[in-house]
Amino acid sequence: MSTFWSIWISVIVLGTVFGCWWLLYATRKSQTSDTETDRTMGHSFDGIEEYDNPLPKWWFYLFLATCIFALGYLALYPGLGNFKGLLGWTSTNQWEAEVQKAEAEYGELYAEFGDMPVEDLAENDDAMKMGQRLFANNCAVCHGSAGRGSLGFPNLTDDDWLYGGDPDSILTTLHDGRNGNMPAKGTMPNMTNEQVDQVVNFVLSYSDREEDAEAAEKGEEVYAQACSSCHGDDGKGNQSLGAPNLTDNTWLYGSTYDWIRETVVNGRKNQMPAQSDRLSDDQIQILAAYVYSLSN
Amino acid sequence: MSTVNANLTYNYKVVRQFAIMTVVWGIVGMALGVLIAAQLVWPALNLDLPWTHFGRLRPLHTNAVIFGFGGSALFATAYYVVQRTCQARLFSDGLAAFTFWGWQAIIVAAAITLPMGLTTTKEYAELEWPIDIAITIVWVCYALVFFGTVMKRSTPHIYVANWFYGAFIITVAVLHIGNSMALPATAFKSYSAYAGVTDAMIQWWYGHNAVGFFLTAGFLGMMYYFVPKQANRPVYSYRLSIVHFWALIATYVWAGGHHLHYSALPDWAQTAGMVMSLILLAPSWGGMINGMMTLSGAWHKLRTDPILRFLVVSLSFYGMSTFEGPMMSIKTVNALSHNTDWTIGHVHSGALGWVAMISIGAVYHLVPKLWGLQAMYSTAMINVHFWLATVGTVLYIVAMWVNGIMQGLMWRAVNEDGTLTYSFVEALEASYPGYFVRFLGGVIFLAGMLVMAYNVYMTVRQKQAVAQDNTAAQAA
Repeated sequence: MSTFWSIWISVIVLGTVFGCWWLLYATRKSQTSDTETDRTMGHSFDGIEEYDNPLPKWWFYLFLATCIFALGYLALYPGLGNFKGLLGWTSTNQWEAEVQKAEAEYGELYAEFGDMPVEDLAENDDAMKMGQRLFANNCAVCHGSAGRGSLGFPNLTDDDWLYGGDPDSILTTLHDGRNGNMPAKGTMPNMTNEQVDQVVNFVLSYSDREEDAEAAEKGEEVYAQACSSCHGDDGKGNQSLGAPNLTDNTWLYGSTYDWIRETVVNGRKNQMPAQSDRLSDDQIQILAAYVYSLSN
Repeated sequence: MSTVNANLTYNYKVVRQFAIMTVVWGIVGMALGVLIAAQLVWPALNLDLPWTHFGRLRPLHTNAVIFGFGGSALFATAYYVVQRTCQARLFSDGLAAFTFWGWQAIIVAAAITLPMGLTTTKEYAELEWPIDIAITIVWVCYALVFFGTVMKRSTPHIYVANWFYGAFIITVAVLHIGNSMALPATAFKSYSAYAGVTDAMIQWWYGHNAVGFFLTAGFLGMMYYFVPKQANRPVYSYRLSIVHFWALIATYVWAGGHHLHYSALPDWAQTAGMVMSLILLAPSWGGMINGMMTLSGAWHKLRTDPILRFLVVSLSFYGMSTFEGPMMSIKTVNALSHNTDWTIGHVHSGALGWVAMISIGAVYHLVPKLWGLQAMYSTAMINVHFWLATVGTVLYIVAMWVNGIMQGLMWRAVNEDGTLTYSFVEALEASYPGYFVRFLGGVIFLAGMLVMAYNVYMTVRQKQAVAQDNTAAQAA
């Protein structure tokens, strides 16, 4: 911040503390008695009078002590504008120190497994216990504590994969994250409502659930134009794009006519966040093995 | 001591209206609180409807109790106290009546718009911009009536209760206008004028002072009239009231930063928020001491007067929660307490123990006077209410302390490999017993309010009860 604001902040912070201090001393100085008195201020409001008792001593010193503590704290910690405080403490370096401490304390435990191949780790009981805990802390909030997923969050326990279920694909997903993007109306932005109905029926017909056979038949042409470049001519999807297989029984966003229509009309955006910034490579290796173990 | 103008009459009508609405909104707001507490134990009570969902009813609960119940109590007592301690009739009967109907309309508007999901999402300032403008207008009229009455006082000095009411009225105006600045997009949707961490800081500057000025300074004004009046004793120390008044209003406005510890808020603002919160301890306790010590020489009255008991116990809860607050503002304590039920317990030890109890005591003091009676219909019922309120509050606070500390410890517990021991759901499951006890405490407190409503009803329908619209000032 600029020097002006730095000075401004320092002045009003210290002004408030010293203002309290001054108030306390000025009021005590005018005390006429050190002990409780029967003398009142001499005025009455609706029958209420006021004694002129001195400030209780313990209260006076309590107030003083909090002011002194405040000044000491402001000398040690950042509070007065740009002044960093004598300890050099910041909330950022406190966090960094805690991360380093954790790294020093726990790093070795994970390092033991970091170089092992995912398939081997998946057979290792100790590693899988750690993997389960890492999963509970970092993944369960979206994928569920059993990894079965929910609406918009893939089930990790079946053998159906958006981006591939081999160890390398899982590692890539964890390290770098994934961005799913199904554009509204696929590659056919001018799709009419009638065509939407047709293509939805066609997609349903992959699993013999079309509501209107005639529309489904016409939908094949719409599908070819709007969907096939990602989901493939046969509807089996494309893992390099994260385009789901439409012919199986696994649906990320619901499988009914209404749900699929919603997906076609508005598109879907989804994100699996990258974990590299939050977890060490060794931890990600163990986590990948745990995810791999869920379906292998 | 003071001379009484024989022609002077007080406007009691508006006081009477606000006093009755204090009881009504108290029951409505606390019943909503009991409902949402029950929803946390039995989620099916959300009824799968958007209008009855916890997320929409919770802000309605806070608005109804803070602004409906607390607000009506503040209006009623401020209008009563300012007339009697200034020996002057309200500055304008018309404006006073406008503030009554305007304020009620605002609370009704809250009760309609919040369940519909119309919200700014700013805590304790959820109401959308048209209602915000209405609040501003009513509040300015409130200030006109209050300060207009102080200006035409026939007493030489301004009594300490009026300092606190005055500080509360001015500061709440500044806070409300500052925090509610927004750009309207449609009739019921607006966007905050502030962005990012600035918005957060403005919000908590407002939010903490909703506590500091609405729920503390205003109620200290109430305390400075009703405690000495009910105890029939002089206020303990005039000079103590000076120090704690100025120190309280100077440091409270700083404290909001403690809501944003370990956030994107710059470190200096977090530090300033924390040290000012610690300094606040003594000024807060100054009010408690002045109220408590006013009773010295009159402690025996507590045995026979349940109204005085309400007032004194409210001061004990005030002292307790103003010790707890500075403690929770310390960064290392906050690291444990933040986002846990401890915060909710802390708020309710202030809201139920301090704000509600002192308001209840004040209303029991007021009602007979406003209807020209010697006493309430049943003193025994006041006593029953006192015990229901005390037991309810204690159950509520203790349940939230236990839950809060347990949650804080569970969230930070780690395994030998550094992973978290408990998932969020496990901490939630462990909180269920506490949620039930909290619900129970709420039910008991609400039961007390129903006893109060019956007692007030029976008082005002007695044959000799006559609603006092204009009362001649009596010699002190």
